[in-house]
Amino acid sequence: MMTDTSPWLLRASGLSRYYGNRIGCQDVGFELWPGEVLAIVGESGSGKTTLLNCLSGRLTPTAGVVEYRMRDGTARGVFSLSEAERRFLARTDWGFVHQDARDGLRMSVSAGGNVGERLMAIGGRNYGAIRATALDWLGRVEIAEDRIDDRPDAFSGGMRQRLQIARNLVTGPRLVFMDEPTSGLDVSVQARLLDLLRGLVADLGLAAIIVTHDLAVARMISHRLMVMRAGKVVESGLTDQVLDDPQSPYAQLLVASVLQP
Amino acid sequence: MTKPRNEKLPSPSWGGVGGGARSERERAQRPAEAVRPVAPDTRPTHRGPVGCPPTPTLPSTTSDVSDVAHLDKEVGNSRLPAGGGRSDDAMPPENATAQGDTGAGSPDIPYNFAYLDEQTKRMIRRAILKGIAIPGYQVPFASREMPMPYGWGTGGVQVTAAILGPGDVLKVIDQGSDDTTNAVAIRGFFARTAGVATTTRTTEATVIQTRHRIPEKPLAADQVLVFQVPIPEPLRFLEPRETETRKMHALEEYGIMHVKLYEDIARHGHIATTYAYPVLVDGRYVMDPSPIPKFDNPKMHRAEALMLFGAGREQRIYAIPPHTDVESLDFEDHPFEVQRFEEPCALCGSSGVYLDEILTDDRGGRMFVCSDSDHCEETRSRSGEAA
Repeated sequence: MMTDTSPWLLRASGLSRYYGNRIGCQDVGFELWPGEVLAIVGESGSGKTTLLNCLSGRLTPTAGVVEYRMRDGTARGVFSLSEAERRFLARTDWGFVHQDARDGLRMSVSAGGNVGERLMAIGGRNYGAIRATALDWLGRVEIAEDRIDDRPDAFSGGMRQRLQIARNLVTGPRLVFMDEPTSGLDVSVQARLLDLLRGLVADLGLAAIIVTHDLAVARMISHRLMVMRAGKVVESGLTDQVLDDPQSPYAQLLVASVLQP
Repeated sequence: MTKPRNEKLPSPSWGGVGGGARSERERAQRPAEAVRPVAPDTRPTHRGPVGCPPTPTLPSTTSDVSDVAHLDKEVGNSRLPAGGGRSDDAMPPENATAQGDTGAGSPDIPYNFAYLDEQTKRMIRRAILKGIAIPGYQVPFASREMPMPYGWGTGGVQVTAAILGPGDVLKVIDQGSDDTTNAVAIRGFFARTAGVATTTRTTEATVIQTRHRIPEKPLAADQVLVFQVPIPEPLRFLEPRETETRKMHALEEYGIMHVKLYEDIARHGHIATTYAYPVLVDGRYVMDPSPIPKFDNPKMHRAEALMLFGAGREQRIYAIPPHTDVESLDFEDHPFEVQRFEEPCALCGSSGVYLDEILTDDRGGRMFVCSDSDHCEETRSRSGEAA
C-alpha cells in the first residue's frame, strides 16, 4: 500500500497484454489526475480497447500494474483487489460507457430501472427516492420525464447512449471509462452528446479515459492525448499540442488523414 | 415373393444390428414360414434395481389411499455391500413376471426401497446436508431420470426418496390439494416403491412433498417439507448467464433483484409479483421459494420444520433449516404484503387462509374455497361435530 501524497487518481506502469504471441498493448505507463480527461486515439487494432479493458479491470494484463487512489486517499493495485472489491469499485466509483449501448444497458428493464440499478445495488431501498434520482438524471442527460417507464429498445441510438451515461453517473463516480462513446451516432447527435459529456465532466469534476478513433472528438473533449500504434504509445501530450504539432511520423500521418469538409 | 425394394446396402449410419433397413430386408428375403410372429420374450428382464422402469402410476380411483399396507418384509439393498451385487434372496424368482404385470399396490416390488439406488440416495443426502449447512445456497447435484416428466416434481421426488425411511408417513400435495393428479401419482409411487404409509392429514405426516403451497397448519419440528422447484435461480430472468448468477450469489450482488420489484411498481403501481416471491435467507442468500404464493412466504420465517427444495431438471437442491430468518424482499415505501381475500372459504367458512377460485358452471358461477383441502375438510368435520 502506498502512502505518498501525489494527487494522481489512476496510475499505470509497464502495462502489457499479449494474446499469445501477438501484442495487445505493450509497456504503457501514464498518470491520470482527478478531473482530467485523457483520450486514447489510434487506428483500428492499435490496442486502444485492450488498454482500456486492462485499465478498468475487465481484462487481466500480462504484465504491469494499475493503481487507483481510493476515496480514503490510499492507492491500491486494481488487480490486487479481491474480485468483490473490484466489482464494487466498478459499480460505485467507476463508470464504463460501452460503444454499443446494448452492452451497458439492460434492454428489458425500463429507463428508470436502468438508472436505479446501481442505487439499489449499493443498498437503496426507498422506491420514491430511487425514482426521484432517476428522474433527475434523465433530465440531466436530456431524456424527457415521460420516457422513464419506457424500455431502452424503444429509444434511439443517441438516447440509449445518454441513458447509459446517466446509469453510470448516478452513483457519483470519480472516473469514467468510455469506449468509442460517439461512434455509430450521426454528427448532430454526436455533437449534442459531446456537449453534454463535456458539461457533465466539468460540472462533476470527473476524470475520464476516452477511447476514440475520431480526432475531432478527442480535440473537443480531452485535455490530454495518447496516440497508439501496434500496441505501443507513440506520442502523448496536451491534446492541442499533439494535434497541432505532431512529432512522430505516425501522429503526423493520423492528423493529416483527417478529411476536411 | 417380391423382389426386395432396395438392392443397395443400407447406409452405415442406420446400424447393422437389431432392426433398421437391413433387418427389414433380411426379413423380406427370408422364406415365408420364417416370418412368423416372434413369441413374446418371457424371460425375466431384471438385472438390477434399475433394470426396468415401472409403468406410470395411474391415479387411484379411490381418493383414500391411506390404507396402503406396509411391507411385511424388509426391502431395500442398503445392507448389501457396495459393488457386491445382489444376494440371491433379493433376486426376483426366475419365473417372476415383468414389473408392469404385478399390478398397482403390490408390495413385493423388486426395486430398491423408494426407487433410487442407495448410492444415488447418499449423493442426494450429501447435497441436502450441504444445503442445510448453507441456508438458501443452491447445491448442484447429479439429478437422475425419474419415471415422470420434468416439471412434475422430479426434484422433489428425488429429495423425498433420499430422506424417506420405512417408518415415515408421507403426504403429497399439489396446489394445496391432496387429490390432484400430481399428488395422487407421487403418493402412489412411494406407496409402491417404498411401501410407506401415506396420509392426507397434515398433522399425521412426517414428510410432506408439496407443489405450490405450504399447508395452512403450522408444521412441527418433526416434519419435513419437500418442495418441487421448476426454476431455482431467482436471478435467472434478469441475468440469463449461469456463470454470472453464480458470481452474483457468491459476491452477494443482489441489487438486480430489487430492479425486478422496481419494474413491478413502475408498471403496476405495486409489487405485482404474487408467487415465487424472492426471499433473503439468513441474511445472506437470495432464494426463490419455488412457485408458492407470496401468501405462504411468512410461514417460512423461523419455521419449526425443515424445508428442502429440489429442482430435478436444473439439478439443484437447497434448504431452509428450522428457525432460520426468511425475509421477503421489499422497498421501505412499498413493504411486502400478502394476498388478502374478501370472503371466507365457501365450503368451510375459514378466513385468513389461501383460497382458490373454482368455476362451478359455464354461466359465470364461481366460488372461492380453501386451497388446502386437508384444512378445509378438517374445519368442516369439526364444525359438523359441533353442530
